[in-house]
Amino acid sequence: MVIPARLSMLNRKLLRDLYVMKAQALAIAMVVAAGVSMYVMYLSNFASLQSTRAAYYAQHRFADVFATMKRAPQRVAVEIASLPGVTAIETRVVASVTLDLDQLDEPASGRLISIPADRRPSVNDLFLRRGRWIEPGRRDEALVSEGFALAHGLGPGDRVPAVINGRLRDLRIVGVALSPEFVYSIQPGELVPDDKRFGLFWMDRQALGAAFDMEGGFNDVVLRLAPGSAPDEVIARLDRILEPYGGLGAIPRALQLSHWTVENELNQLQSFGFMLPLIFLMVAAFILNVALTRALALQRPQIAALKALGYGNLAIGWHYLKWGLVIGAGGVVIGVIAGAWLGNLIIGLYNQFFRFPELRFTVPLSVVVGASMMTLGAAAGGAFSAVRRAVRVPPAEAMRPEPPANYRRSMFETRWLSRRLGAAGRMVLRNVTRHPLRASASVFGIGFAVSILMIGFVFADAIERLIDTQFWVAERQDVTVAFVEPRSDAARHALARLPGVVAVEPQRTVAARIRSRHRERYLGITGVDPEPRFKRLVDRNGRALRMPGSGVVLSKMLGDVLGVRPGDSVTLEVLEGTRPVRQVMVGGLVDDILGLSVYMDRGALHHLMREGDIASGALLLIDPAREAALARALKVLPIVSGAAFKRAVLESFRNTMAANMNLSIFINLVFASVIAFGVVYNAARVSLSERSRELASLRVLGFTRGEISLILLGELTLLTVAALPVGAVLGYGLALAIIQTVQSEVYRFPLYISRQAIAWSWLGVIGAAMISALLVRRKLDTLDLIAVLKVRE
Amino acid sequence: MATPLFVIRDLAKVYGMGEVEVHALRNISLTLNEGEFVVLLGPSGSGKSTLLNIIGGLDVPTSGQVFYRDTELTRADEADLTSYRRRHVGFVFQFYNLIPSLTAAENVALVTEISDSPMTPDAALALVNLDPRAGHFPAQLSGGEQQRVAIARAIAKRPAVLLCDEPTGALDISTGIVVLEALAQVNRELGTTTVVITHNAAIAQMADTVIRLADGRVTAVEVNTSRKLSPQELSW
Repeated sequence: MVIPARLSMLNRKLLRDLYVMKAQALAIAMVVAAGVSMYVMYLSNFASLQSTRAAYYAQHRFADVFATMKRAPQRVAVEIASLPGVTAIETRVVASVTLDLDQLDEPASGRLISIPADRRPSVNDLFLRRGRWIEPGRRDEALVSEGFALAHGLGPGDRVPAVINGRLRDLRIVGVALSPEFVYSIQPGELVPDDKRFGLFWMDRQALGAAFDMEGGFNDVVLRLAPGSAPDEVIARLDRILEPYGGLGAIPRALQLSHWTVENELNQLQSFGFMLPLIFLMVAAFILNVALTRALALQRPQIAALKALGYGNLAIGWHYLKWGLVIGAGGVVIGVIAGAWLGNLIIGLYNQFFRFPELRFTVPLSVVVGASMMTLGAAAGGAFSAVRRAVRVPPAEAMRPEPPANYRRSMFETRWLSRRLGAAGRMVLRNVTRHPLRASASVFGIGFAVSILMIGFVFADAIERLIDTQFWVAERQDVTVAFVEPRSDAARHALARLPGVVAVEPQRTVAARIRSRHRERYLGITGVDPEPRFKRLVDRNGRALRMPGSGVVLSKMLGDVLGVRPGDSVTLEVLEGTRPVRQVMVGGLVDDILGLSVYMDRGALHHLMREGDIASGALLLIDPAREAALARALKVLPIVSGAAFKRAVLESFRNTMAANMNLSIFINLVFASVIAFGVVYNAARVSLSERSRELASLRVLGFTRGEISLILLGELTLLTVAALPVGAVLGYGLALAIIQTVQSEVYRFPLYISRQAIAWSWLGVIGAAMISALLVRRKLDTLDLIAVLKVRE
Repeated sequence: MATPLFVIRDLAKVYGMGEVEVHALRNISLTLNEGEFVVLLGPSGSGKSTLLNIIGGLDVPTSGQVFYRDTELTRADEADLTSYRRRHVGFVFQFYNLIPSLTAAENVALVTEISDSPMTPDAALALVNLDPRAGHFPAQLSGGEQQRVAIARAIAKRPAVLLCDEPTGALDISTGIVVLEALAQVNRELGTTTVVITHNAAIAQMADTVIRLADGRVTAVEVNTSRKLSPQELSW
């Protein structure tokens, strides 16, 4: 090793000592690095997303309040603009259409959003990636969303056929754009964004007005508020203004789907960014403590000599504390580099889900500083007690070898066990129980590795469970069809005559506001058949529930949001038709997976709406062999605004989740291996160092290498085996904590831990433990039998 | 007529210490007979320990031959040497080298568990008068007691040879005498060939044969024709 000439003697000693224990130091530094890289990965992503979003929102004037209605006359815009706190408004025409794309069998959905042709919107301006803005008077020109454009290879000059208000028309693409309103865009009813089947099109206000009977009116308005003004006040007034025009309830930015999703992701990044690295650093601090305690025990004579030479306690203490700090600093360097690399991979995933003009990954200095402070704090904390113990010994005492280790029979040694344990077994058991704290910390450290690994598998299981519950138990239809407008029973017969349709179940969903005292949510009331064929009430564990005879059933999450329980009453304000308002009783809660739902008996819903057998959509059971023919027929059916084929939805969901899950399981596997390896390797090295004399004596007495390996590895095996169940419990707790953290009004993961998840994580950790054990085992072969007997340690 | 247990021919051992060669043994030839109490005398660096380690199968020579009965140790491989130590050799070290996590009886049992026809741990401890302390851990025993446990552990397998490297080196005189008595008793009662390294010349008076080494060479082999002294009679 080359050492710079200007270093002080103590620092040279530090470097050489660390070089001697390099493998152990590296193992500890790797555990530190794992924690640091998680911290850097999560918090840099957090910072990158947050700053990108803030700049995007500001530059493109993202709205603060969003409202939709059936149709409001243009003059209402003046009234809205004059509300106190409103600084800008943009009225729009928004409509959903079916797209008829040659490459896709099943119909894709498009959302058409109006933009002024002669100027940029004053609220929710677009970012134009390619092409040009639409020109006034060219009614077929459209800007297409980037995701859809990329998925279909569309660009300026291409045409997309769309069924607009019952007529097939070509949209002529002149540009590719992004909007702050649709950083995350998802079709209602889907689980993940699907750029192939859902696209956004921005078109001339006049053109859309004419196509959807909105000339001189609008059905959507977005507002910007003055900084510091309360959206609640504006929303209340806006709702009153829009009520006569079929207002569907205004929402603040916080509840806007795209914003909410990004915000939710940011919150998760932030909480995981602290929680997980902290556990890693705790484990690192612990193994550092064990390693240093041992290393310093071997340094006793040197400490005595330094003291005799006149070095003070402080200087010696600082010298040894630096061992910990140097290892920690090494971990920070590796961790920041690894974290930046992993963070870049994760940002790549975000770029699939979130559409920003540019989402670039940066590692802010504050994150590096934060990681360094946390790590050095943990390293100093881990080193402190070991250093203090070593330095405190008076020099004369330090000159003498450490007193022999004091052992006693362990409390686990019953008469029965004693008879079955050989000498080797007793040695293992007594070594472990002699340092109960150290042993249990090792067990927890290895157990933590098990739990980290388990999380990945548990979430893969959760996804499968979610698919199973949602797609096979709760919704057993093959195709979900949405109508442009609610239709009479005739529509059902029309659908039943389409090719491949085996059975039809009409579906009625009504937009409503649900209220309990001051808490409220906007959502859809779903009518459920008393004897449903396809759509059933199912909780997140896959159990089907029956509709109670009266009242409504709420998602459990909605019950929590509103603070109501079965037996309480809630106010339903329907936002369609005659807009009836009713007090209804909560008949039950269902712990379901997706969204916030209100379920009502379908007959009761029709009665509430004072309507006959009206459907807003239908669920179809089909003959899979004729799926393509059905898709072609649905694409051009004017009453249909969208159709989701379960096969296609599942395929896209699986593809997206698979990419995600594989990456996160891979990352977890790496981290879990690092921590399992770090803990086991360190435990093995320390016990090898403590026992090398003992083991050499046994070799001299005629024990074979295999036999003494058993004693050393037996201890590691015992610790690892004890850690497996502990890890399963920790993993369960961690999974529960994470599921609680990520559960939201949009989705709730079922917690289900399969035997396979436990088995795979156990195998992973056993593998890492075996590798580290084998590395240490190799050291046993080079044990110097003679030297170890001559000198007393 | 005495039966030879070890026959040593032209034994040499050279250690490469960096760029210097250290000749620990220079062409030694010796015969050690069964049942003898042999003392190896010599100053530090004279080659006593190297010789003992080679006889004990802990080390291999650079050249020369060592025969244990009919077996040539110098041709044995690692596994053969391990099994040789396991079956035929008992070691006693200066620093006892007991396993701190095992009691006195368990330390002895450590060896009896892997031997063919051992004595019981209790019998071995009784031989060194330590049976009342059988259940104590090393940390609860005095230095002399620990060394006697080590002797009990070494002889419990009924080895053909007992090799002791400075067995009293870490002990005071009175404790040292108790330990030497234990060795003499084992030699007398079991007839175990015993080789003791020491640089305490007084111990030579209790030996059948004294081998003096200096600078890697045998300088003298003295056979004690008069009465062997008992350890209490030694003048330190």
